[in-house]
Amino acid sequence: MTTWESFDIVLAVLVLPLAFWTIAARETFVAVVSYVAYGLLLALVWVRLGAPDVALAVAAIGSGLSGVLLLGTAARLRDVEEQAAAARPSLLLRVIAAVLSVTVAAGLAVALQFLPDPAPTLAPVAARNLAATGVGNPVTAVLMAFRAMDTLLEKVVLMLALVGVWSLAPDRVWGGRQGPRHQADPQGMLVFLARLLPPVGVVVGVYLLWVSADEPGGAFQGSTILAAMWLLAMLAGLTDTPPVSSRRLRLALIAGPAVFLLVGLGGLWLGDSFLSYPAAWAKTLIVVIEIGMLLTVGLTLALLVAGPPERSARQ
Amino acid sequence: MNPLTVAGLWGAAAVGLGLYGMIVSPQPLRRILAFDLLGSGVFLLLGVVARRGAAAGFGGDPVGQALIITGVVVAFAATALTSALWLRLFQETGSATLPDAEGTGADAGAVDSR
Repeated sequence: MTTWESFDIVLAVLVLPLAFWTIAARETFVAVVSYVAYGLLLALVWVRLGAPDVALAVAAIGSGLSGVLLLGTAARLRDVEEQAAAARPSLLLRVIAAVLSVTVAAGLAVALQFLPDPAPTLAPVAARNLAATGVGNPVTAVLMAFRAMDTLLEKVVLMLALVGVWSLAPDRVWGGRQGPRHQADPQGMLVFLARLLPPVGVVVGVYLLWVSADEPGGAFQGSTILAAMWLLAMLAGLTDTPPVSSRRLRLALIAGPAVFLLVGLGGLWLGDSFLSYPAAWAKTLIVVIEIGMLLTVGLTLALLVAGPPERSARQ
Repeated sequence: MNPLTVAGLWGAAAVGLGLYGMIVSPQPLRRILAFDLLGSGVFLLLGVVARRGAAAGFGGDPVGQALIITGVVVAFAATALTSALWLRLFQETGSATLPDAEGTGADAGAVDSR
């Protein structure tokens, strides 16, 4: 047994109990912490699957940012925790659910053994056309060029989700500031970290975007780190969420998709089709789109975590 | 046991666990969590398929990998929206669980009267 084989097995042995505990833990708080740990170990599995870009995304968004969001929600629901846990479904329903779940999981595991061989793949096509995009990382090329439409629509989905969160504001704070105003001990650890980490985090976030042209990284991963830095400063009470009626905020939120759309329409005008980049300009256009995306996605992710408006704009 | 087998079995197990949690958890937040776990399992299965498509010097099919990244971000947006919706419903009704299918809110009453 090689080192890597034992590593895989140790990883599997570590992770499955965490996934189990995410479902089985009595307290939601414990379940969320298990899920965060699970997500971080999952990132290692993604590295083993030869997908470092996905590993970064899973660690940053799937584990980190989701974790902050769910921990915040769980903390607000703590008082009703016991009541809710008491409303468990009957034993019969649980047995039926368990049988169904085991059947689905076993079916998937069996189906994996019958995947077509050789596996269908678009990797050779991507490799042939990689030079035309000017970037060296095939995943970035797919996200920003070959399947740019998906990425554009994804940003629209993010914005729609934020509009959805905003619209959950009670009438009296309509257009107000999101989330509670956080206070922290000015001499405490949190404030210290919130002053120390953001400069480093901003550099790392921008670096992840820049390096993603040729190495693992990406605009989403970079913007998640920027969002995390902003959230850290918010939690430490050093800064506040802007009022959602702020025009500057709204302009910043549509800047990313707007740049993307303009470039796409420019492709319709000057090139062959919507979102086609002229070969000589491809790399430049991709970087321009990614910079707009870094700003907009970073803001959107942080504000999604902040929750619906809870205070009027003047507070 | 190669990493593909391990990740595939693991993905299948995560889907099963997530499905179970979504059905039996009384708390909506736990269902959201279970849904995320289910999603991570689906991404893993997709990752196994992408990895099998490794060719042309790439570690996997880049189209599959890009799809997963898009999926992770959209799953986060869904998590954020659903937990905000649930918190708002909780503020309005004060109930720790969702009203039952008949829409009578019997769960809330049952819990409060305890």
